[in-house]
Amino acid sequence: MTKKQITCILCPNGCVLDVSYTGEPREGAISVEGNLCPRGVGYAIEELTSPKRTLTTSVLVKGGTEPLVSVRTASPIPRSMIMEVRGILRGVVVQAPVSIGDLIAHDIGGTGVDVIATRSVGRL
Amino acid sequence: MAERPRETDVLVIGGGPAGLAAAAQAAEAGARVVLVDRNRRLGGILNQCIHDGFGLHTFGEVLSGPEFADHYVRRVLEAGVRIYTDTIVAGMEGGGEVVLSSAGSRYPLHARSTVLAMGCRERTRGMIRIPGTRPAGIYTAGTAQWLTNMANIRVGDRVVILGSGDIGLIMARRLTLEGAEVAAVLELLPYPSGLPRNITQCLDDYDIPLYLSHSVVEIHGRGRLERVTVSLFDDNRRPIPGTEFDIPCDTLLLSVGLIPENELSRRAGVVIDPVTFGPRVDERYMTSVEGVFAAGNVLHIHDIADWAAKEGERAGRFAADYALQGGRRLSGDRISVEVGDGIRYVVPQSIDRSAREVLLSFRVRDPAEDREVNVVAGGEVIMKRRFRRVHPATMIQLPLRADLQGDLDRLEVLLA
Repeated sequence: MTKKQITCILCPNGCVLDVSYTGEPREGAISVEGNLCPRGVGYAIEELTSPKRTLTTSVLVKGGTEPLVSVRTASPIPRSMIMEVRGILRGVVVQAPVSIGDLIAHDIGGTGVDVIATRSVGRL
Repeated sequence: MAERPRETDVLVIGGGPAGLAAAAQAAEAGARVVLVDRNRRLGGILNQCIHDGFGLHTFGEVLSGPEFADHYVRRVLEAGVRIYTDTIVAGMEGGGEVVLSSAGSRYPLHARSTVLAMGCRERTRGMIRIPGTRPAGIYTAGTAQWLTNMANIRVGDRVVILGSGDIGLIMARRLTLEGAEVAAVLELLPYPSGLPRNITQCLDDYDIPLYLSHSVVEIHGRGRLERVTVSLFDDNRRPIPGTEFDIPCDTLLLSVGLIPENELSRRAGVVIDPVTFGPRVDERYMTSVEGVFAAGNVLHIHDIADWAAKEGERAGRFAADYALQGGRRLSGDRISVEVGDGIRYVVPQSIDRSAREVLLSFRVRDPAEDREVNVVAGGEVIMKRRFRRVHPATMIQLPLRADLQGDLDRLEVLLA
């Protein structure tokens, strides 16, 4: 039996989850305790089997009132892909104006997840 | 600027999460509302907080800071709030006489009630007295965040972060994503001061080492920072001789605490609490000055923007009630709220006996497990709530459900 403590990152409560499983962790065979809400169970299972994170960063804007527009992945992507996706976004330049929610990149790095603008930047 | 109002029901000072929410709520309650902010763009610090984690409690979705701000900006616009950006409050006296200043001109404004929502400032190197030289490359974490996220300026290549507050943790991840190497996060206390989730997703995910009970004892470098000397500290927060080691770095970020920004409040005669550094308030968030309310980080430092905004909504509603009901006083019979064992502070500091709804917001002194928060009055426990874990970094809020009638004159909140 493997026992671990992991911190749920879904909300600021940051529940410390006591998880236990036998052999390799797999869905349906992981016991989770200490979660204040039901989402903690799903988080623990995902964190042990295929951890995901939302990437937030910014990309360059051309002709805008500000030099950068902040962006995020529309949903969490595999944690192992974070640095690679960040690298792709480093090469992205968008033209002002940008509106909050605009699509910045489609299916980034083959994750199936889009990258969207999280603020508006006006045209200079 | 030509059609600036001379009077309003509610004036809200500061357009961050608390101020936006206060303005929206007051306007939705039927009050005429003026919102002023010194910046060009509303949203306050949310604009530079491009990381996610906002809005989960309020909107049930995970948003970045600018997106969270956008919800409230749209709400204040729809509610008909009159917004003046690039505007500061140059003077304020009790009784609602305010002088606004913008683009070199001054405008008097009479407000029936005012909500203070000026937020907070970061503690600086001078406030924590680190010895050594004075090279370039030392920033508060929030300044580095602004430079990185708003101005597109790279702060440095090899970074040490002093203090494990949330902004420092967020910046550890941010600078790593920007290609810098974060050599260490140092925390003087034996436990982290940021949220546990940020330890996981900002440090552990990127293998950034966290040194607890460690701090910087000397700064080295002539033009630019070259290295810091770090030491282990004992339980009395004194450096232990012989434990020093050097970390080469060109950048030091300070994430060593936030101080409510109350210069204006003090000038208006508002009494400030020595522990929170925010105004002392009653259960309506009204300060010692009649008609002047406070919410958000200007009142006490919040862990997350959701709670600051929620507090703003409550203060905005009370400020609107006050303005629209001609400053109707409550019973005026106050019950004081005292800080008991294990508790650092409680907001509000007093409660009107006729109060129907009271929300206690407080922090514990030290981390602990399996503890019970008790509210004690007249030697009796009138309310209790059990917590699996309590931590100074996590603000606790409890709605007080108790009959405050009778001869009760003080309540005490304590950790049993």
